[in-house]
Amino acid sequence: MELVPDSKEAMKVAEGIKDKVVILGMGCTRFGERWDAAPEDLAIEAFTECLEDARIEKKDIEAAWLGSHIDEINIGKGGNFLGLTLKLPLIPITRAENFCASGTESFRGACYAVASGAYDIVLAFGIEKLKDTGYGGLPDLPAFGQMQATIGPNASAPGMFAQLATAYSARYGIPMDKLKEAMTHISWKSHQNGSMNPRAHLRKAVPKEQIMGAPMIAYPLGLFDCCGVSDGAACAIVTTPQIAKKLKPNEDLVKVKALQISVSSGEEAFYTKWDGAGMLTTRRAAQKAFEEAGIKNPREEISMMEVHDCFSITELATMEDLQISEPGKAPDDVLSGFFDLDGKIPCQPDGGLKCFGHPIGASGLRMLFEMYNQLLGRWPEERAVKNPKFGLTHNLGGVPNQNVCSVAIVGLD
Amino acid sequence: MVGIRSYGGYVPRYRLNRMAIFAQMGWLNPANLMNAQGEKAVANFDEDSVTMAVAAARDCVRGFDRGEIDGVSFASTTAPFKERLCANIVSGALATDENVRTADFGGGLKAGTTALLAAIDAVSSGSSRNVVVAAADSRLGKMGSPQELMFGDGAASLLVGSEDVIAEFKGSYSTGLDFVDHIRGANSVFDREWEERWIRDVGFEQFIPEAIDGLCKKCGVEIGEFNRIVYPCYFGGARKKINKKLGVNPEVVTDNLQATVGDTGAAHPLSMFVKALEDANPGDKILLVSYGSGCDALYFEATENIKKLPARAGVSGSLARRAELDNYSKYLVWRRMVPVEMGLRAEEQKWIRWSLVWRAHRTMLGMWGSRCKACGTQQFPPQRVCVNPECGAIDKSEPVVLSDNGGDIFSFTADMLAASINPPAIYGAVNINGGGRFVFDFTDCTTEQLAVGKPVEFSFRVKQYDAEKDITNYFWKAVPVPGENVE
Repeated sequence: MELVPDSKEAMKVAEGIKDKVVILGMGCTRFGERWDAAPEDLAIEAFTECLEDARIEKKDIEAAWLGSHIDEINIGKGGNFLGLTLKLPLIPITRAENFCASGTESFRGACYAVASGAYDIVLAFGIEKLKDTGYGGLPDLPAFGQMQATIGPNASAPGMFAQLATAYSARYGIPMDKLKEAMTHISWKSHQNGSMNPRAHLRKAVPKEQIMGAPMIAYPLGLFDCCGVSDGAACAIVTTPQIAKKLKPNEDLVKVKALQISVSSGEEAFYTKWDGAGMLTTRRAAQKAFEEAGIKNPREEISMMEVHDCFSITELATMEDLQISEPGKAPDDVLSGFFDLDGKIPCQPDGGLKCFGHPIGASGLRMLFEMYNQLLGRWPEERAVKNPKFGLTHNLGGVPNQNVCSVAIVGLD
Repeated sequence: MVGIRSYGGYVPRYRLNRMAIFAQMGWLNPANLMNAQGEKAVANFDEDSVTMAVAAARDCVRGFDRGEIDGVSFASTTAPFKERLCANIVSGALATDENVRTADFGGGLKAGTTALLAAIDAVSSGSSRNVVVAAADSRLGKMGSPQELMFGDGAASLLVGSEDVIAEFKGSYSTGLDFVDHIRGANSVFDREWEERWIRDVGFEQFIPEAIDGLCKKCGVEIGEFNRIVYPCYFGGARKKINKKLGVNPEVVTDNLQATVGDTGAAHPLSMFVKALEDANPGDKILLVSYGSGCDALYFEATENIKKLPARAGVSGSLARRAELDNYSKYLVWRRMVPVEMGLRAEEQKWIRWSLVWRAHRTMLGMWGSRCKACGTQQFPPQRVCVNPECGAIDKSEPVVLSDNGGDIFSFTADMLAASINPPAIYGAVNINGGGRFVFDFTDCTTEQLAVGKPVEFSFRVKQYDAEKDITNYFWKAVPVPGENVE
């Protein structure tokens, strides 16, 4: 699969975001079925932690971005929820909605605001309250407009992503049972990692036989191939390197190295050249992010990743889209333990969407929260990634044939 | 010469063994055992009279220029709407010109032949040149009723014109009688019938011979001259009596499809007529009689052209595309005869937005796509900006009908989470032959029948039924081509 040639001009990364923004503090709630927590409770939980970590006061925050996906349940539209809940004093608050990349979008907005010099200290917030629908899975609401809702298939998210597996299997001639073995390893690994994480939604290690034999949700995805649907919130306070050094002298600082977004062009949905075995958007966003961060060989240079494992097959295909695995070779890498916690590039050290959970708007910031804390060496020995330098986060919103992808890279100085 | 130019048939894929019904409901009405022979054709959960009529009409007009069609009639007693003309939906699905005369016929079971007569009159008078008549029915009997066993679902279609006629129309004779053997009020779902012995003795055994007698006298033809005789009657004993009364050899009387399909109402005489045409030879005199609220008797004579009509599925072809429906309760759920729990997910409001449907009616009804005149890329749904990344031309496309193109499976799944009355919801991306890709619902198949690369054809189906508002909307689905496998 080749990326469609782009003009040199368009591919050129301008000066980029690298090293212009520092994460001053972060907060993240426990994710899960928070039946007794209102969205306001989740927001306050994450914000309190973040503010303490940043060691600033609320009045120092000059602007905020708020990522959330679904309007109908959850927090509604606009930026008001955050202002009303946290009593932010009439500051600009912008709601960012870009499917599952909404959290990363709010972070990107905040970082750009700081990098532009418009503001010094900015809050990036992500939240989703999903468990008020009354049923499992994501709410069945039109996401791609009314025309699509009228003529598109009677589909769910697992069904749309399941097709990655049937197309991948056909594309590389890998029999479904072999592919399913690799997918099973992916879910098994996330459960192992999630079992050690007190903030994770699903905290139980699960044997491979149980994963393999679970009831089918959307062929070939079984129950354990699908991530948790959770409530949660996460946030970051970002500032300039100069201010960060002043506020936290002699401390390690986590800097933003790259922030990229890529959105489907219709090529995947309506044209016939896409191979269906991976995401064009991820391939493009990753390529640009590595350029922006100055990373030449991601397989050697990336220390750890939190990727959008909404489904096991998504994580598998993403390993190739991120140029970590060769095309058609992700199953081999997965089964070799390359992405396990003690592997070359630990992927989902916090349990991932699979086990940490997936409150859509919060997920991008939750991933950054994990990278940030790993980089600062704050986690207990048992789940600490050794000597990390660059952490990569990845979100994929929408469905494989029309989506929004975000790739962020953060690292120590 | 005015007459039939082509024919098409449709029998839904699923067949329910009548003993499977009796096994569940025989306790209520043990006398139904005598009706519990053979099987009945059952419309899939996403089929209704409109979609079946479309299937038969597409079969009928295969190979004909759609632009030549200037009339479309739909006949049924189970039209899904009191207000919304079904013939327009059929016309849209056939992608005819919109300068077309459309009409729905209904009320009685002879509506199919009445529509055919109207088409013949329209062509004879010169008002129309080519009229498609499509009849379909899907009548419901209550659980445990004889009707539940006797009725089947199906459709038939005829193209009436004056060129290359395969069966010339020679004359007709009609009666209109308020003989209420079966009745459904304006708000009734289920059929109600008067005593069967009365229907048999007075209805079938008197009215059919009377209509035939009237036709013979009017047209100056002897009953013995007919090579093929078509009349609907599901009572085996009554058929023998009628044949005897008419003095005809039972071999010239077309099979009533009772053992394989069941009584398909307004479509039934036309389905039997299609079956007769499939086997007819040049010179055959064919008698077509309908029954229900009176009778229409029509007299045709096959021409030399009958052997030149390219092969089509017809009734025999679609009869052969058979799958067993092994489950009576599934039939009840498909026909919405019993409430079923589909989960709260199914209760999310999904409006059918008519202004949107109108803007996109060619896409939705006729599966019109677009072809870029700059680079030749075919795409669906139609795109104003060409999707070819190396082209991207704006407003350089021309419309193109894709419903007959078929395609092959690019990816697929079987989804237990999506709310469906017939889980799993099976769907996947289809590469349309000639270009374009879209994720379609799949139907008339099981997960095991799917494979990447397997050929599919497109079928016009119920896309959405809003039970609260009693509104049906339609779109195209993909059906794996039976018997064709990927190497």
